[in-house]
Amino acid sequence: MTDLVRPTPAPTGMDRRDFVKTLGGGVLVLVALPSIGVEPAAAQRRQYPTDVNAYLHIAQDGKVTLFSGKIEMGQGVETSLAQMAAEELGAPLSSFTVVMGDTASCPWDAGTWGSMTTRFFGPAVRAAAAQARLILTDLAAERLGVPRSALAVEDGVVYVARDRARHVSYGELARGQRITHTVDQKAVLRTARQFTVMGTSPKRLDGHEKVTGRAKYAGDIRRPGMLYARIVRPPAHGATPKSLDTSAAAAMPGVTVVNHDGLVAVLAADPETAAKALDAVKAEWNVPDPTVNAQTIYAHLVSAAPHGETVDAAGDLAAGRAAAAKTFDTTYYNAYVAHAPIEPHTSVADVRDGKATVWASTQSPFGTQPQVARALGIAPENVRVITPFVGGGFGGKSAGQQSVEAARLSQAVGKPVMVAWTRAEEFFYDTYRPAAVVKVASAVDGAGRITLWDYSVYAAGSRGSNVLYDIPNRRIRAFGQQSDTRGTESYHPFATGPWRAPGANTNRFAAEQQMDVMAAAAGVDPIEFRLRNTKDPRMLRVLRAAAEAYGWRPRAFPARTGHGRGVAFGEDVGTYVVHIADVTVDRSTGAVKVDRVVCAQDMGIVVNPDGAKMQTEGAITMGLGYALSEGLRFDGGDIKDANFDTYRFTRFSWVPPIEVVLVKNDDDPPQGGGEPGVINMGAVIANAIFDAIGARIYYLPMTPERVLEALRAT
Amino acid sequence: MANDPIQFTLNGKSVTLQTDPARLLLWVLRTDLELTGTKYGCGMGECGACTVLVDGQATRSCLTDLAAVRGKRVTTIEGLAEDGRPHPLQEAFDEHGGYQCGYCTSGMIMNAAGLLHAHPHPSRREIVEGMEGNLCRCGAHQRIVAAIESAATGTGRQP
Repeated sequence: MTDLVRPTPAPTGMDRRDFVKTLGGGVLVLVALPSIGVEPAAAQRRQYPTDVNAYLHIAQDGKVTLFSGKIEMGQGVETSLAQMAAEELGAPLSSFTVVMGDTASCPWDAGTWGSMTTRFFGPAVRAAAAQARLILTDLAAERLGVPRSALAVEDGVVYVARDRARHVSYGELARGQRITHTVDQKAVLRTARQFTVMGTSPKRLDGHEKVTGRAKYAGDIRRPGMLYARIVRPPAHGATPKSLDTSAAAAMPGVTVVNHDGLVAVLAADPETAAKALDAVKAEWNVPDPTVNAQTIYAHLVSAAPHGETVDAAGDLAAGRAAAAKTFDTTYYNAYVAHAPIEPHTSVADVRDGKATVWASTQSPFGTQPQVARALGIAPENVRVITPFVGGGFGGKSAGQQSVEAARLSQAVGKPVMVAWTRAEEFFYDTYRPAAVVKVASAVDGAGRITLWDYSVYAAGSRGSNVLYDIPNRRIRAFGQQSDTRGTESYHPFATGPWRAPGANTNRFAAEQQMDVMAAAAGVDPIEFRLRNTKDPRMLRVLRAAAEAYGWRPRAFPARTGHGRGVAFGEDVGTYVVHIADVTVDRSTGAVKVDRVVCAQDMGIVVNPDGAKMQTEGAITMGLGYALSEGLRFDGGDIKDANFDTYRFTRFSWVPPIEVVLVKNDDDPPQGGGEPGVINMGAVIANAIFDAIGARIYYLPMTPERVLEALRAT
Repeated sequence: MANDPIQFTLNGKSVTLQTDPARLLLWVLRTDLELTGTKYGCGMGECGACTVLVDGQATRSCLTDLAAVRGKRVTTIEGLAEDGRPHPLQEAFDEHGGYQCGYCTSGMIMNAAGLLHAHPHPSRREIVEGMEGNLCRCGAHQRIVAAIESAATGTGRQP
């Protein structure tokens, strides 16, 4: 049984070197990597580390500690990273503890997003572990008086292969030794054929803590003398204060009022008193007249989005139109969508003696560190961010506002302070998935081959707009990137930001529904139509795997029986993914019920098959929400949804049987796993609805009202 | 004005609190009693992250004032295990992967415990209906249902 106790973070004020010392003598492996292929958007926003990327520590007792600047928010990477290290090191998984997201002890990391943990941090971990194994076997060879080639490693013990009575454990080798070694990424990694830990599905390391309630999140941190803060919030984005009266709150016993540089808060020793004090604050605001709402936003986005960047172009669009038997011009729309993690943003900050410690619910501890430092006017190295378990992120916990608030308040009152957003604050300050518009003009010739693809996406960004079909005449333009729509310069009425596979949900909804539009018009089965228009071997394999798992029988025209099936393909973060869904549509109410989802995925080498399936099932389940019900209600900067009573997403009764097929591909390194499963959910359900009722829905979410509207139009 | 002490049984042990009876059970558990397994998610009974058992019934602690549990048996996730052995639901959630981020998990397990208390052998449909008011954003639903089914069909103890 794995040791399930999460390691205690190093006490405040220690630096990494001191912390490592407290672990006792051992082998410390530093990995210096050449600059690796980080996605350009991330590289632009953050500085990537220049030296050390990963640390492993092997103590005298054989216990291994793995340090990672990534955080655990449900993806299961605490387990999969340990698996990668265990595989390469040759130590049992049960000897591992993983320290994550602690700026004092973990290697720098930009943030946990973009399905980059396994793809980019994974190779660094594997390289470090492989090099550690090399060092340890070298030491063992000296100790046992045999050449290294005569040795074998098993479960953290080095044996003389032909005389297993002669052996020495990693723990014994590490005792009293302290070796610093620099390696490059070219250390020899084990191959998929050799794997004994990677490619298996051990129980997750975080399971026991999570099912017993012992797992700690930021809101579970308690510090001596800690105060709970509630902050005075405006009624709408863009509102400015008119008047403020905190006297009644200040008169309440045990309540402290802070009014500092626009941050007005009430603090008390318990959260209920703080909430009552907030109720006693009288604030009036000037609220600007709204200029856009949920109806007018689309026209606004098309006119306000920046000039279009051409992402991809080939051939001659006019020639494509000329060669066409049929041409299709379609516009697709999607609403703003909330992240809505069940854990709202929460941080505890303890600022004293010019230093700060922040326990944060964040996807970016190393991004929070300088933010807090700037806000406090201290050096980043005097800020330590510790990340307990994060209760869901989905891209929404990348900003760090609540940590800055907690730190400023702690600095003001000289005590530890918790800022735990309420659900209403969570909805108000969410960095929404942007509403977006996609315009597509496409055409097919008489043989069912695509001759034209002229694609323009407004406000969502280009991710997921890549065409993997063979289209000779094409142009893809992105009017605005997802990453440039944050902050006050934005053309959105409130903050937007990355949301699980940013851009891809919007783009696949448009592109894969457009594919279906063409297939139906050409009288070709939708899977056959896709197969006919690509030579990409990975796409062909994944389409066929999905069709086989589903039991697909080709059919060219919509069933129109109220029951339908749909298919959609996409590529995201290196993974190829095909979804097939069955739906039932109630023609009288417009309600859509998803009856079955089959998903085939080629994600390269799979580190943990069950973990990969959990992520994919989760993405599919989450995707049902943006497909069917999630669309923020707002009027200008006034966010109308404040809780789950009006903002509805996937519930138990919505979830169909989900089957995930992992298409074997040990030729490619591990690709992304957290996001691909979500990207096709709009299109696959829209295509299934079309099959069921012969009507198309061009808007996300596909609410009953929109389904009825589409039925009336047919 | 001093309040009358409030006595109730918490995870098998008697506790007596001298505090305002109008306070919400959720915050009393999380602050005064330092049992942080019970989570805040919405504050209006819409998500179920704060679910505990009161006399065996799944109850939203964010809507329950302290006066309402006077003299009753309150069980939180921390008190579900018996004699150091995890409850069959806890084992099943762990085994089936009925969690991801883990934040809604305590509430899911406690709600399921209440469900099994009322219906020891629920059908799949009864499980889905019984869990409908608990929200999970990570999308562990399919495995949560499987976990509850497996715990219900096992020889598990009931709370």
